[in-house]
Amino acid sequence: MIEEKRNVLERFKSSGRFRGEGILAFALILPSLLVVGWIILYPILRTFWMSFFDIESPLPGSYPFVGLHNYFAAFKSSDFRMVTEHSLYFTFVSTFFELTLGILIALLLNSPLKFRGFWRSIVVIPWALPTIVNGALWKWIYNGNYGVLNELLHVFHLGGQGHNWLGSPFEALNMVIIADIWKNTSLVVFFILAGLQTIPSDLYEAAKVDGSTPIKSFWNITIPLLVPSIMVVVILRTIDAFKVFDIIYIMTKGGPASGTQTISFYTYQQTFSNEYFGYGSALAYLIVIFTLVIAWFYIKLLRQGTLEGVS
Amino acid sequence: MKPSRAYTIFIHVAAVLMGVVILGPFLWLFISSISPAKELISVPFHWFPSHPTISRFKDIFLQSANGENVSANFRVSMVNSFIVATGTTFISILVGSLGAYAFARLKFRFRRTMLFGFLSVYMLPPIVLVIPLYLIIANMGLLDTKLGLIITYCSLITPFTLWTMSNYFRTLPADLEEAARVDGCSRLGAFFRIVIPLSKPGLFASALFAFLLAWDEFLFALIFTSTTNSKTIPVAIAEFAGKYSSDYGLVCAGGVLAALPPVILALIFQKNIVGGLTAGSVKG
Repeated sequence: MIEEKRNVLERFKSSGRFRGEGILAFALILPSLLVVGWIILYPILRTFWMSFFDIESPLPGSYPFVGLHNYFAAFKSSDFRMVTEHSLYFTFVSTFFELTLGILIALLLNSPLKFRGFWRSIVVIPWALPTIVNGALWKWIYNGNYGVLNELLHVFHLGGQGHNWLGSPFEALNMVIIADIWKNTSLVVFFILAGLQTIPSDLYEAAKVDGSTPIKSFWNITIPLLVPSIMVVVILRTIDAFKVFDIIYIMTKGGPASGTQTISFYTYQQTFSNEYFGYGSALAYLIVIFTLVIAWFYIKLLRQGTLEGVS
Repeated sequence: MKPSRAYTIFIHVAAVLMGVVILGPFLWLFISSISPAKELISVPFHWFPSHPTISRFKDIFLQSANGENVSANFRVSMVNSFIVATGTTFISILVGSLGAYAFARLKFRFRRTMLFGFLSVYMLPPIVLVIPLYLIIANMGLLDTKLGLIITYCSLITPFTLWTMSNYFRTLPADLEEAARVDGCSRLGAFFRIVIPLSKPGLFASALFAFLLAWDEFLFALIFTSTTNSKTIPVAIAEFAGKYSSDYGLVCAGGVLAALPPVILALIFQKNIVGGLTAGSVKG
C-alpha cells in the first residue's frame, strides 16, 4: 500500500505539475521583494552615490562631485580614528564578556538545578527589556548624587561616595559596556544553551570511563562541539555591537569629552546635527566595510580554533 | 550517577547570584517608579520609599494629552508603539511567510543568492539606510506619521521573518504536503491547509521577534518622528530622560510600562524563543 502510494508520488513528481516552480516561487517572493527592495535597495545605492558628493543640506539641488574625498577626509580626521577605536573597544570588550558569561550561564542552566524553568525565564527578562529603557535605568543606577550603585558600594564600605560613574571619558565607556553586557548576555545564553542540548550525554560518560576530569571534558568535548553555536552568536553580537547607537544616545550622548562616541553615533551627529550628508554617507559605508571585515576576521579565528582557548 | 553535594550547593549559589544580578536592576526600576520625587533625591538614601505612590502611573493613564504633559505623552507614545509594532508584525509575517515557503520548498534559480541577499539586509547598519530614507519619507510626506514608521519597519523586519519562517518550514516533513497534493490539492492549497496550521509555533515565534524588534527600534523613530502624532515610547522616554531637570521616577514609570509588553510576551513564549532564534542558524 505504502509502496503503491510512493510510486504514484514518483510519477506525479515527474509529471507536469511540478514544473513551473520558478514562476510560483517568484510570485511568492514578489511581495517580500516589493516590501524590502524599494526601501532598502534604493537607499543603499543612493547612500553610495551620495558619498562621492559634497552635500551639506537635506534639500535637493546640485552638489559638487568630490570623488573619494569624503573617504580620505574620514581617514585623515583624528575624530574618526578616535571613534573607530571606541567602537572597536566597545565591540571586543562587550562581545568577549557576553560570550564568557553567556557560556558560564548556559552551563549553569544546563546543570541539574532545582526550578530550572524559573532560572531560565529570569534570563529572558533583560533580553526583552527595550534598549532605551535599559540605558535610562543604568544611567539612573550610575547617577553620582542619587544613584543606587554608590549607595551599594557605601553599604559594603567600598567607597563610591558621590562618584559620578559617567563623569570621565574612559570610565563612562566602560560603564556603558557593562549596561550593554547586562542586557545582551541573554542572547548568547539562548544560543549556547541550544547548542549544549544537542551534545549527547554518553560522550561525557565515555570520557569519564577513560579517566577524563569534568574540566578536561569541558575543553575536549563541550567547547569543540559548541564552536558552531559560538561562531553564530559571536558574529551576531559583533555586528550588533559595532553599530551601537541607542544605548550611547540615552546614556551619554557621546560624552563626556567624546569619550563614548562610537562610529555610528559620530556618523549620526555629522549627518543630522551638522548636515554633512555626503561625509555621513561615506562614514556609513565605512561602517559596512568594517562590519564585513570584523565578521570575516572572527570566522577565520574561530575556524583556526584560536578563540576556543581564550574563551 | 549522583552529583556531589558540594557541586549541588555551588550551582544553586551561582544561580541565586545570577538571579540577584539580573533582577536587582529591574527591582530598582520598579522601586524608583513608585518613590515620590522628594524621596528619590533625599539624604539619607531610601532603599524603599516610606510613602510609595502610584501617582505617576495614574497620571500616565488618566491625564489628558495636550502636548506639554509628559505623563500623558507617555500614554500616547505607548499607543503609537502598539499600532506601529502590531501593524509591522502583521504585514511582515504575512509577506515573509509566503516568501519563506518558496525558499524552503521550491527549486528555482538564484535561490541561495536571494536568501542571503535578504539576510544581508538584516545585517546592514541602519545608519546606512537612514540618510536617504529620511529624504524619501520626507518626499512622500510621511515624516512624523505612524504609516511612515510601519513602512520602514516592514522593510527592515521582513527579511528576519522570512529567514526564521523558512528555517521553520524546512523542519516540517515534506511528505504531508506531497500526500495532500496527490489527493488533489494545489501547491498553494497545501500551503494554506497543511503547512500553515502545522507552523503555528514558528509563526508565534517569528511574530514575537517582529513585535519586539519594532517595539525596541529607536534610530529611525528618533529621526522620522517629531510630535506625539507618531513618537514611539523609546523616543518619548529618551527625550524626557535627556532633559536636565527631569523627574527620574517618571522616566522609570515610563520604563516599567514600556518594558511590560515585551517582557510579558517573552515570558509567555519563552520556549519558542530559544527554538525560534536558533533553528537552522547553527546548521546553516
